[in-house]
Formats: sequence, structure tokens, C-alpha cells
Amino acid sequence: MTAEQIAQYLISGAVVGGIYALIALGFVIAFGITRIVNFAQGEFVMLGALAMATLSARGVRAPVAFACSVVSVAAFGALLYRGALQPLTRAPALAVLILTIGASITIRGVALILWGTDPLAVPAFAAGPPVLVAGAVMVRQGFWVLGVAAASFVALWWFFTRTYSGAAVQACAVNPLAARLMGIRVDRVGVLAWLLAAGLGAAAGAVISPITYATYDMGLMLGLKGFVAAVLGGLVSPPAAIAGGFLLGVVESLAAGLVSSAYKDAVAFVVLVLVCLAQVLGALPWRVVEEG
Amino acid sequence: MHVISALLVALVVVGAYLPAVAQEPYRLGAIFSITGPGSSLGIPERDTALMIEADVNARGGIKGPDGRLHPLKLVIYDDASDETKAVLAAKKLIDEDKVTAIVGTTLSGTSLAILDTVQRAEVPLISCAAAAKIVEPAAERRWVFKTPQSDHLIVGVLVDYLKAKGLTKVGWLNVDYAFGQLGWIEFEKATAAAGLSVVANEKFGQKDVDMTAQLTRVKAASPQAVVVWSIPPSASIATKNYADLGLRMPMFQSHGVGNKKYIELASGAAEGVRFPAGKLLVAEQLADNDAQKPVLLAYARDFETRYGPRNTFGGHAWDAVQLAVRALGKAGSDRGGVRAAIEGTRNFVGISGVFDFSPSDHNGLDRRAATMIQIVDGQWKLAR
Repeated sequence: MTAEQIAQYLISGAVVGGIYALIALGFVIAFGITRIVNFAQGEFVMLGALAMATLSARGVRAPVAFACSVVSVAAFGALLYRGALQPLTRAPALAVLILTIGASITIRGVALILWGTDPLAVPAFAAGPPVLVAGAVMVRQGFWVLGVAAASFVALWWFFTRTYSGAAVQACAVNPLAARLMGIRVDRVGVLAWLLAAGLGAAAGAVISPITYATYDMGLMLGLKGFVAAVLGGLVSPPAAIAGGFLLGVVESLAAGLVSSAYKDAVAFVVLVLVCLAQVLGALPWRVVEEG
Repeated sequence: MHVISALLVALVVVGAYLPAVAQEPYRLGAIFSITGPGSSLGIPERDTALMIEADVNARGGIKGPDGRLHPLKLVIYDDASDETKAVLAAKKLIDEDKVTAIVGTTLSGTSLAILDTVQRAEVPLISCAAAAKIVEPAAERRWVFKTPQSDHLIVGVLVDYLKAKGLTKVGWLNVDYAFGQLGWIEFEKATAAAGLSVVANEKFGQKDVDMTAQLTRVKAASPQAVVVWSIPPSASIATKNYADLGLRMPMFQSHGVGNKKYIELASGAAEGVRFPAGKLLVAEQLADNDAQKPVLLAYARDFETRYGPRNTFGGHAWDAVQLAVRALGKAGSDRGGVRAAIEGTRNFVGISGVFDFSPSDHNGLDRRAATMIQIVDGQWKLAR
């Protein structure tokens, strides 16, 4: 086992981890404000990737196509919440959860009809040969993935800590009733949260599509991995979700490289089970999803 | 494209209601995965079957054992790539549509699912799916035949080629579902028999977004050649990762990459990749004395003028439907007679190869049915 190999695993893991982190953030924001675990989050990723593929195929330049994909999917996410989920505020949590699973299946089905089963190619944002980092290879699109992830994290941090709307969102996450008494429109904040969550998912899908291609069924696995990352971070803390995403990506890559690639996907789910067990046994220093 | 298939469907429908057809039609059932994950295979199969039906009926029909022309009536159902729906479709074809024989299904899973149904009803089935298990052991699969080349045949062609090129230290990666797993089982057997050593054996998921970790392990084992057994998109991602990592040893893939999508998605990285496959993709480059050449060229021309680029899956349906048409011509609407006629078919020049069926071989193909193909300038070329 050489240092070069380890470096390769770390870099591959970090790029995939950046994607998991973006998706995990979407889970955390939607859950933090609206208390809905959104199992359609992976479909936002898929829609972002397919929109990117369609626009690129029409000759739209990468930055414009990226922006259009993110904005349109974000709007779709907000509409989905406003139209299908907000009316169910008083419904049991399980019913709402099942509704998001239904939404996910529906979105996938419609995408299958609109885009077909064939994977679609997306050109890299910047062409060029891969770059050597510490003896390991990193594709140029990998820098874009990390860049988009970093830019999203900074923008969100700024939004939550430096703007009035961000403070309102946080207030709703902490105590919706008190927030309402302070004159914050909790329902509008919920729509805003879903707008952000869907936009983050779409950004993840659009930026990774040149590496993975865009297919109607790519969302399920990515969504599940993002969910595991979010749970790793406790499902309520954005910085912890980001850390969870990168941790999961790197652990997966190291497991595939050092142990056996046959168990790569299993790693994510074994981690999920371990975290849940640790939570039940009270062995975790942080809380995973407060009991409701 | 769609207009033509719609017209063909309309023709079939109208044909069914024409009152004054002189002779009783020969009824052939078909089950394809027209929707669901198998649809990229099932749609060209359906198109090919409709094309043959139209051509046969344009000639007046099939000349039966009674010396008269009988129209061909094709009843096609979509199994949506689902085992349960395939069984329901098979039952419907047998009980309600009273077909004499069935062609399809598209996928190995659905074919295995309907084995019992057709065997018990004693209806001949000609499958378009790959798994050898569908027709083996032949003694227990009396009523079942299949047209695609089996895994061991394709793998055998690849291993012979590797050995002939002196590439004896091989790295292996496969996608971790049936296609890749069966490929690995056959590859392990064939390499052991041929005296090649497999120095790395890695898996990846069909939905994986990055295989650099696996390829880094393969690289560390320093093989002389690397074989990847998968289909796009994962096959294309592995190919791109391979080029990005700067791996220089020759790369081999499976017949699963025999469509232009693979080359397109790998965006340049597929250059030089070699894979074993049927001859349809390189029909124009075959030697003129190859018995299959005229058949392949005619099918490619017919399919491409009506539907679009040729692919091997449509070819599997061509073989299955043509075999059924020949057997119907020999035995008419007698199911047992049709079964015997298929089993007795010798030297039938088809798309997947030259078929020689026998009571112990219900696939009827040998290693001449596949060849090595190389991607050069984004095109398929016969590999030297």
C-alpha cells in the first residue's frame, strides 16, 4: 500500500463526499424547518443533472445551464412543498414521509417518460487533462464539484448568520411557535427551506453530471447516501451534515480500496445502522434526531 | 420512425379485422421488455419482430405444410421488465390468444420466470435473453430455445484472444449484478483452463459514480491487460477513470458495450478498447466468404432504413422470429411439430451466428458466432 494509492482514495472520496455533503445539507435544511425527512431529495439531484444534460445538448454554456438547472429545480421543490406537503402540516409524520417516497417514485417515472432510459452525456465545465495532486489523479470536474460545494457552504453560512431571512429560518428551526409570535411567517419560511434544499440537490446533480452522466434513476442511491451523511451529522446541524458527507465519501473510497470493492455500498448502510445503534445505546456525544 | 411503427401496428390491427382472409393465420406470441429497465433492448426487438411480420405478410404469408399461404399473426405483450408480468403475459398468450409458439422474453430473469409456464403448457419458447441457464440442461428444457450467444461462448472468444496476444496476467472488474457476476464465473473458469492468471478482481455498482479506487487497486497489481464486464453508464465511467488515471495497458470490455452510447459517454476514452461480440456491428468488414455476411447486411439495411442504428438485441429477435417462421412453415399450428422443427434446425444462418440445434443443444451456436471488435476513431473495427 503506497502513499500514492492512499492519496488517490482520499481524493476520489473527497469528490464524491462533496456531492454527498450537498445532498445531506438539503436533507438537513428541509428537516430542520419543516420536520419532513424528504425522500425525494435524490430526485432533485437527478432533475438537476438531467436539466443540465438537456441544456448542454442544446448548446447552452455551462455556467448558464448550471444556473438555469438550479433555479428551475429549486422552484419545483418549493412548489412541491407548497402544493403537496404544506397542506398536510397536521398529518402524522409517517404519512408525510410516505408522501415524499410517493413523490420520489412519481418524479422518477415522469423523468423516465421525458428523458428515456439512456444515460445522457454532459461535457465537463472546463476541458483538459486530469491534474496530479500529491501523486494522485484528480479530474478537472472534481475541482468544480469541490468548488460548488464550498461556495454553497459559504453562501448558506452567510445567509443563516448574516441576513434577517436567515435568522428567521433559524428561529423557525429552533422554535416555530415562538418564531410565529415574533411575527415570522413560518409557512413562507418552510417554502424557502424547500427552495434551498431542492436548489442544493440540483447543484449537486448538475455539477456531478459530467463525471457520472445523467440518468432518470440516479437519484435513489445518491439520495440514500446523502441521507446517511445527514444522519451521521445528527440530521439538524448543517456543518455536521457537511462533515458527514465528506466522511462518508472518504470512508467508502477507503473501504473499496483497502478492504474490498464488493462491500463499497454496504459501508454506507453499515455506518447508518451503527450510528442508529449508538444513538439507542446513548453512546453518541451528539444527538441523532430528537425523539418526537 | 414512430410513424412507421404506428403504421405497422395499424396494419396489424386492420389485418386482424379483415374478414375475408383466405387461410387461417399462424399465431405467434411475443413478450418483450418494451418499458422498464430493459426497454433499450426490448424496443429494437419489438421493432424487428414487427418488421418481419410485415415482410412475411407482404409476401402473402407463410407457406404451410398444406402447401397454402397462411398470414402471420403476431401478438406482442410488454412485460415491463418484470418477472410477474412476464408470467401473466405467457399465460395470456397460451390460454387466450392460443398462440402456437412464443418468442422472447428480453431479459434472462423474465425468461427464467416463464420456463415453468411454457414447459407445463407444452408451448415452444424461443428466448432472446442471454443466460445459459435458460436452455441448460437441455434435457429439462425440452420446449425452450434461445438465440443470443451464451456467456461462456463470448468469454471463451475473449480468453482465446488474450492468450493469442500473450496477455497472461489480467486484471478484472465487473458490475455487481447478474450480468457481471455470471461473466466473472465464466471468466474464472476459462482463464484457469487456459492458464492465464487473474491478478486483480474488483466489483463496482451499476450506479457508482467513480471507480478510481477499484482501478487504483488493479493498477497496483500491474496486470498486462484489464477486463471490465459491465454495461453503460458504469462501463463508460470505468473507461473514463481508466484514461484519467493514465493506465496504459490494453483495456477489454464485454459485449455489453456493443452500442454507440458507450463510445459517446466515454467521450474519447473508449479509443482502442476491444470487446467480444456478435458480428452484426462489423458486418461490412467481414470476409466475403463469411456465410453470415449477406444476412447481416440485409438485416442492418432493413432495420436502419426503418428504425435507426442497428444493435445486437434486435438481431436476437430476428433470429427468434425467423426460426419460428421456418418452424411454422414446416409444422403449421401444431405445437409439438413446431418444437421438433426448431430442434431439427441445422445450418440456419442468423444474426447471432450459424445455428445448429440438437436435442442436447438448444442454443446451437459455437465460438464462430462471436468476434473481437476494437473501437477505432469512434467506430467499430474487426480487431486484428
